[in-house]
Amino acid sequence: MKNNSSLIIGREFFSRIRKKSFIIMTILGPLLFAAVAIGPAWFASMEDREVRVIAVIDSSKLFINQIPETEYLKFEYLEGTTVRELRENFSDSPYYGVLYIAHIITSTPSAVQLMSDRQPSLNIRMHIANALEKELERQKLAAYDINNLDGILAAVKTSVNIRTIIWQDDGGQKESHSELAMIVGYAGGFLIYFFIFLFGAQVMRGVIEEKSSRVIEIIVSSVKPFQLMLGKIVGIGLVGLTQFLLWVILSFTLITAAQHIFFSDLGTPSSQNIVAEDFFSSSTLHHSQPIESESSQNFREIFTSIASINFGVMLLTFLFYFLGGYLLYASLFASIGSAADSETDTQQFMLPVTVPLILSIIVMMNAIMNPDGGIAFWFSIIPFTSPVIMMARIPFGVPFWELALSGGLLIVTFIFTTWLAGRIYRTGILMYGKKVNYRELWKWLTYKS
Amino acid sequence: MELFAATNVTKKYTDHLALNKVNVEVPEKSIYGLLGPNGAGKTTLIRIINQITAPDSGELFFNGQRLKSTDIQRIGYMPEERGLYKKMKVGEQVLYFGRLKGLSKKEAMKRIKNWFEKFEIQAWWDKKVEELSKGMQQKIQFIITVLHEPELLIFDEPFSGFDPINARLLKNEIISLRENGATIIFSTHNMSSVEELCDHITLIDNSEVIISGKVNSIKEQFKLDIYRIGFQGDAGKLQGILNDNYDVLDLTSSSSGHSARIKLHSQSTDNILLNLLLPHYHITSFTEEIPGMNDIFIDLVNNQKKAGN
Repeated sequence: MKNNSSLIIGREFFSRIRKKSFIIMTILGPLLFAAVAIGPAWFASMEDREVRVIAVIDSSKLFINQIPETEYLKFEYLEGTTVRELRENFSDSPYYGVLYIAHIITSTPSAVQLMSDRQPSLNIRMHIANALEKELERQKLAAYDINNLDGILAAVKTSVNIRTIIWQDDGGQKESHSELAMIVGYAGGFLIYFFIFLFGAQVMRGVIEEKSSRVIEIIVSSVKPFQLMLGKIVGIGLVGLTQFLLWVILSFTLITAAQHIFFSDLGTPSSQNIVAEDFFSSSTLHHSQPIESESSQNFREIFTSIASINFGVMLLTFLFYFLGGYLLYASLFASIGSAADSETDTQQFMLPVTVPLILSIIVMMNAIMNPDGGIAFWFSIIPFTSPVIMMARIPFGVPFWELALSGGLLIVTFIFTTWLAGRIYRTGILMYGKKVNYRELWKWLTYKS
Repeated sequence: MELFAATNVTKKYTDHLALNKVNVEVPEKSIYGLLGPNGAGKTTLIRIINQITAPDSGELFFNGQRLKSTDIQRIGYMPEERGLYKKMKVGEQVLYFGRLKGLSKKEAMKRIKNWFEKFEIQAWWDKKVEELSKGMQQKIQFIITVLHEPELLIFDEPFSGFDPINARLLKNEIISLRENGATIIFSTHNMSSVEELCDHITLIDNSEVIISGKVNSIKEQFKLDIYRIGFQGDAGKLQGILNDNYDVLDLTSSSSGHSARIKLHSQSTDNILLNLLLPHYHITSFTEEIPGMNDIFIDLVNNQKKAGN
């Protein structure tokens, strides 16, 4: 019988691992994640490749040749023509739009119009507005006739970064990086949610397949139903773990490769030493080294904040909550599958199982904003939502007793749901052509074996 | 000696009685037909034999001893609706089920190869089940059922979906399995295959056993004492020659002679009838009408319904 369990687990595992969809997902997964992370920036950079020329009619004469041009946005300052004239032959003209600046601009800043036969993008509008504001400011300041104005302005220009330091009970302290923690927390929670749904649904579909194809009648005579259910859950769980580990390895390789290709000049040991020294001396304001160090300071921040997250702990807790959450939900999915003759029959029973899952995604938004709040705490203790919510809280630091409580409850609950599901499963899997409702399920639960 | 016996088996589902005190005795090395209309309780009985479900009361014996969970290795079951993983490759699938039944990988491979050669289906090894036709899938199912060489084989409607050639192939395999010592239970509505194959039958209707026994003796029991006689001579005289102990049911004539169906009443025998006819007619044929299992089946089930009403 023990041998049969490993046979079942082996079949569930290998038949899925060898599927094309698994291989594709394994390769696409990290690429997809990378695309989600990089995509928006890339698309933004893709925009505005077309060179656009804007005709400027400046009645105020304050901004002639003052609006900075970019690679794709040029300005042509016209004199002796009117908006009306430009409009007449606008479609034949080389212009993307016409910028009209009224001469009363200093008293009425809204006296600026951008006209075009298309909707000008937000970027263009922001660009022009910024340039005009700056120029107006500069001219107004200049009217005060202050000596060495530029020097003063450069000297007062300051940027402040707030470092958040957490005091710890042992007297030490640690730097926290809530933005990154939010991102990592969100990603971790979402990944758990995604895995539970994906592989839980696979368990359900597998059970329905065995039931509707009558494979169950052949198997159940050599294997106990509970053994079969567990074998399926474990086999598919292993598939999930394999996929996750492959993703971690692939992503790591991908990131390392990307670093070598794109940031190979940053990784010299001497500069890293400086970064570390600077970091410990905690002198964050450097007036003396203006532009040059700004980018390296950004990188330093990213490096230190990434280093502040304990990825070993993250990985371990992820594996724990993935397994716990998966086992809890997969057994419920299995019992739903056993009660249905086809996938369309599953709807009515799916709702109570999916509601806590979806709720946990909603609560997660709150939890990453306020990881120590009451909502985040309670939902990270309740076993049905704890895998997602706790995962989102972990990057912010969670006291050990909370982890232990939440983990312990999760283990107890999945043992309970597996037992419960087993009782429904052993009856449902051999029941055909019967409309099953909740009262029927209750009957199955209370049958004596 | 019985290989399998069920005594007083009762199975109740929440809203109906599936089996009511059913007794079945399956003799060793026989082909045993389990007959009955849809919903009679055949499948429930088969599931009980396979230990898929347990009876509420009654006892089951295998080889003279109480049925144990380990006996399942000695039983092979082919369900009516085929149980195969559609997306799994044929070879792997047969190997998987063989190993679940307790065969070692090596032994299973050896036997699979033999069966695949026998059925000339070696080329299917790497095909997915869903790529095969229904009849092809049944061949695979059959191999899965017999692979672990069980002593008791249970086939539920084995011939449905088979073309005549493959049905013949399967029948021959079933007969040769019996010759090699296996006992076979098969459940079917196909009465011609019952007459062709079965030694014994049990008819179940409305959760109860209606009749059980050897096919020959059941037929004997249900024969109606009707004889079909072919003769030459003056057919008009027939009624006069026969006395009240006989009824002429049909009389047809053709250029080659006449044919009559005559029912005998209890006072008469076939010999007396023949003696009455011989002086007057040239008899060309004389056969007793044996009822087919089909007629017996329909008769019994209809009687049961009437009794129920």
